[in-house]
Amino acid sequence: MMKARNAIALAASLVLLLVAIPFGIQASGRADLYYTLTSVALLSIISAGVWLTFYIGRINIGQGAYALMGGYVSAVLVTRYGFSFWLTLPLAGLFCAAASVLIGLPILRLRGVYFAMVTLVLTEVARLLALALPITNGAKGIVSIPLPGAVRIFGLTLIPDFATLENPRLAFYIMAVIAMVLCFVGMYRLVNSRIGHLCQSLQQNEELASSIGVDIARLRVIAYAISSFLGGFGGAIFASITQSIYPSSFTVADSVNFMLNCFLGGLSYVFGPILGTFVLYFGWDILYSFGDFQLLIFSIILIALMLVLPNGLFSLRLSRSRGEVTQ
Amino acid sequence: MSDILAVSSLTKRYGGLVAVKDVSFSVREKEILSVIGPNGAGKSTLFKLISSFVTPTSGEVRFRGERISGLAPHQAARKGVVRTFQETTIFKAMTVRDNVIAAHHLRSRASLAGFFFGTRLARQDEEEFGRSADEILTFLGLSAMRSEIASNLPHGHLRALGIAIGLATNPAVILLDEPFAGMNHEETQRAVEIVRGVRERGVTVLLVEHDMPAVMTISDRIVVLNFGQKIAEGTPQEIKDNPAVIEAYLGVEDESIGL
Repeated sequence: MMKARNAIALAASLVLLLVAIPFGIQASGRADLYYTLTSVALLSIISAGVWLTFYIGRINIGQGAYALMGGYVSAVLVTRYGFSFWLTLPLAGLFCAAASVLIGLPILRLRGVYFAMVTLVLTEVARLLALALPITNGAKGIVSIPLPGAVRIFGLTLIPDFATLENPRLAFYIMAVIAMVLCFVGMYRLVNSRIGHLCQSLQQNEELASSIGVDIARLRVIAYAISSFLGGFGGAIFASITQSIYPSSFTVADSVNFMLNCFLGGLSYVFGPILGTFVLYFGWDILYSFGDFQLLIFSIILIALMLVLPNGLFSLRLSRSRGEVTQ
Repeated sequence: MSDILAVSSLTKRYGGLVAVKDVSFSVREKEILSVIGPNGAGKSTLFKLISSFVTPTSGEVRFRGERISGLAPHQAARKGVVRTFQETTIFKAMTVRDNVIAAHHLRSRASLAGFFFGTRLARQDEEEFGRSADEILTFLGLSAMRSEIASNLPHGHLRALGIAIGLATNPAVILLDEPFAGMNHEETQRAVEIVRGVRERGVTVLLVEHDMPAVMTISDRIVVLNFGQKIAEGTPQEIKDNPAVIEAYLGVEDESIGL
């Protein structure tokens, strides 16, 4: 029964995302919304990675580093070595995952604010590396990245060349939404399987977890690698959409935003990053008319939200429909 | 009865302080052995040394002839030497049942990927863990509160939950950290019964404890520490009659050591 309900929910969200929203956008003629919603979908994938590190009890303010890394890996492979974008997508994720294992092994031993501070520095290190390395082309970045090409198997076109499309924005939107759905179906499965149990045991008490035989060092690294994979994956798609990548494409501010997306949605809800990213992205845009006061008002609202709803926006829905969630 | 655990010449130094000094003893299969001693005698350090939470400065602990000192705690647990904690160390935000289910980790046959994709083996594992958790909860008298969030449990039950978590790992030796501390007479009686029950399940019990009367009733043998050194070892009767032990506890009321 649980499975049937999940399948219905999945089908409903696919219809909403892939049929209803594009239809609404066509009808209203607001084609710019494609770009906005694509960004929200991609940012929520990157934030999902941060959410996963929260889930094992680590505050991660370094996701921007992996998004940047993923963007560069894809851009370099496409422009220098002529790889298909579709192949660079998993490669960018895997490259970031491998890098995160090397970085994670020493730093995941830290907890609390110490881990947070080291990750905060990571984004800045990534930016400086991008400035200094020869392959990243310094401050000029990599520009004019070609749009994703076609994928053909036995002469059958599975994915058309984005450059030949009338509306590449819609194509990017569909790609981002499918990626987001896949990502969150995977996350949902992860959290609701025994792995979720183990991650929680890590989050709540690492000592006890190791006493019951959990290899905490290994589990931490696995979770961090998945997290960084998502960061690199999202970053690669971003580079392809904007057809460019610069050292400043993802900065410390972005890393902080990825974390805020998780906070805002709720750290105990696996779909929190989607809601958090959506609200944060549109909330910021709505406040645009306040001009100089945009950031001030935005910050005040955020602080107020965290005080009133420390468990995130999702806690609002749950406390109404299912009674107070036990704490 | 053969030895399951052998502690030999175990020493732990913290800077200039020698917390445990040249301690040797062995634990026999399926016995209840208690380590006692005045405050600061090095009991806790010894406890951590045996469960591999701390690496000894010198000496070693062998489990069934295999050296476990220097292993990570999860590796020692995998071999079968599992410790419990005092009551605050539980998975606070999980339900009581989930605490015990989570602790079945060492019994899983499926891999992490197997659990992710929900393979048949993984589903069998999960079913089995649920059944076994219910059995352990019933055994410890916790089944009525299985759905409670663990942090809401009263003290006595928290301690039982700690033992439940330990049992879920299917240990050969379980190390209990002051299982009777802070309990009144009646609660202690119940806890003593539980510890006996644990031994009847075929688990060897090593416990560190302050509560003398309880230790005297429950233990097969007792090891006494003072200033980090072993000063006596023997049956409860031998310990009661040992002049060195009496001296170590000098100033302590006679009743409190059960004389």
